[in-house]
Amino acid sequence: MYGNAYIETDGSKVHSIIADEDPIKLALFEARIAAGDKIEPKDWMPKEYRKQLIRMIEQHGHSEIIGSLPEGTWITRAPGFRRKLALMAKVQDEVGHAQLLYSAAETLGKSREDMTNDLINGKSKYSNVFNYPAPTWADSAIIAWLIDAGAIVNQLANSKGSYGPYCRALERICAEESFHLKYGHDNVVFLATGTPIQRQMVQNALHRWWEPIMHFFGPPDKSSQHSEILMRWKLKMGSNDSMRQTFLAMYVPKIWDLGLTLPDPNLRKNEESGFWEYTEPNWEVFKQVINGNGPCNKERLAVRRMAEEKGRWVRKALMNQGAMYVSPLS
Amino acid sequence: MEFTQKHVLGLKELLYKMADDQLILGHRNSEWTGLGPMLEEDISFSSMAQDKIGQSLALFELLQELGESDPDTVAFTRNDNQFHCSQFVELPIGGYDFSLVRHFFFDHAEAIRFEMLADTVFEPLAMVAKKFKGEIKYHTMHADIFMKKLAEGGPESYGLIQQAINDNFGLALGIFEPGEYESELIEAGIFGGENALQSRWLAKVVPLLESFGYTVPKVENTAPALGGRKGIHTHHLQPLLDEMTEVFSIDPGADW
Repeated sequence: MYGNAYIETDGSKVHSIIADEDPIKLALFEARIAAGDKIEPKDWMPKEYRKQLIRMIEQHGHSEIIGSLPEGTWITRAPGFRRKLALMAKVQDEVGHAQLLYSAAETLGKSREDMTNDLINGKSKYSNVFNYPAPTWADSAIIAWLIDAGAIVNQLANSKGSYGPYCRALERICAEESFHLKYGHDNVVFLATGTPIQRQMVQNALHRWWEPIMHFFGPPDKSSQHSEILMRWKLKMGSNDSMRQTFLAMYVPKIWDLGLTLPDPNLRKNEESGFWEYTEPNWEVFKQVINGNGPCNKERLAVRRMAEEKGRWVRKALMNQGAMYVSPLS
Repeated sequence: MEFTQKHVLGLKELLYKMADDQLILGHRNSEWTGLGPMLEEDISFSSMAQDKIGQSLALFELLQELGESDPDTVAFTRNDNQFHCSQFVELPIGGYDFSLVRHFFFDHAEAIRFEMLADTVFEPLAMVAKKFKGEIKYHTMHADIFMKKLAEGGPESYGLIQQAINDNFGLALGIFEPGEYESELIEAGIFGGENALQSRWLAKVVPLLESFGYTVPKVENTAPALGGRKGIHTHHLQPLLDEMTEVFSIDPGADW
């Protein structure tokens, strides 16, 4: 997991910021990107490029670490050895992704500590889906299958972006995600083809998660000069709507194959256009949740804050080596 | 030599307590997921938890070969008084100081136990013990590094760890609570016994902790926390089991 297709941006300022850049350097930079080169940490880059990348990678890293919370609570409840071992490994991967992503963002000049502080102070965002509760085992299965699937759609696109360290991190993340997807799918198949209790559980979870999944890719695209620049710089690799379409085309048939229903009577593929039609999810709810009023925003940040607080003495001691004496580790 | 019924009972008792220790501590360690003092420690504890749950599964599989029920049934349907884990492993994760000290004490004990069992006459156990030895080497290495670094990190971390050593030494000694069939296990060459294990453990951990600058309570002044091996547990185990079996027991006949 847990890519975050939706980047919050402030488009009005972009042009004035770019106007300050050295036009020759900017032209060379854009030519490199157009030619498919990767930009590396020590290369020149526009201030806005750096700022957007930090925001994007940081949000992605936060999503991984916050995303481990709703799933992590099911590790201790997983039914049977096989599921328990697989879920532990999966959530561990997600935390590992946060580590990779924070490292990628650090190459742009923001420390992990600053990113963590911005997360727990509510200054920087993470994927909206993790502000919803996972009240049953089946919710964790739906997350592992469909949220990870959405993340793969998003991350595969972004791995073809322009910033070297982020692309390399995403390639590795995608390889691991494909196992998560298999785990999630296998889990959902067992529930959907299981006993009536299991079936009901997974059907309910799917209905609960449908709106957050539709929200996952962000609001419908409005063409703006800002998103044009982000696309030209290969920071944004696909529109929100095109990624949502890719996801629907790949997964709705699989969901229906399992005999499960989705809570949208208008959902269907338009055979003429090839596009999927659906009822727009409630974007007002999306805005509310992203601005801190979702069902779990406060809880998620409180848990993260508690973990940071409880672990402070450990980090302090590790940064304080030599307080007693110094000797090599091994 | 031919195994008598007592040898088999002793072997099962040994396997049960090891499997239960690994399962319960693996479960506890997994509770650090997402909550570690830093991402790297999250990942370490999760990794060690996976090894422990995996080891527990392998031991339950050996028990199944000896006629016990399948691993999921055994692990997910018993009550606390049917568990043979030491009381130490069932305690909540507490702060990182407690979890680290438990990890240090327990994993050194297990590393030596596996080393002893690598030579057991019960061949299937010797095989898994050899495999586990390779895994737990990294657990003890991890524990040693952090115990050392926190000793060197200033008075706060040193003081917290020293206090956790003092508070938990008796709980750690509870790991070595002898079973009913110690002499049979020793006589048959199945296992060298809990007393021998405790002596070897002390010879390992006491000098190690002293070399990091900690002091270690005296065994003769410390009451071991006994009872776990006989099904007597703290009030922390049953809630853990209720949580662990919450989904499984919704529909015990189902395939999950």
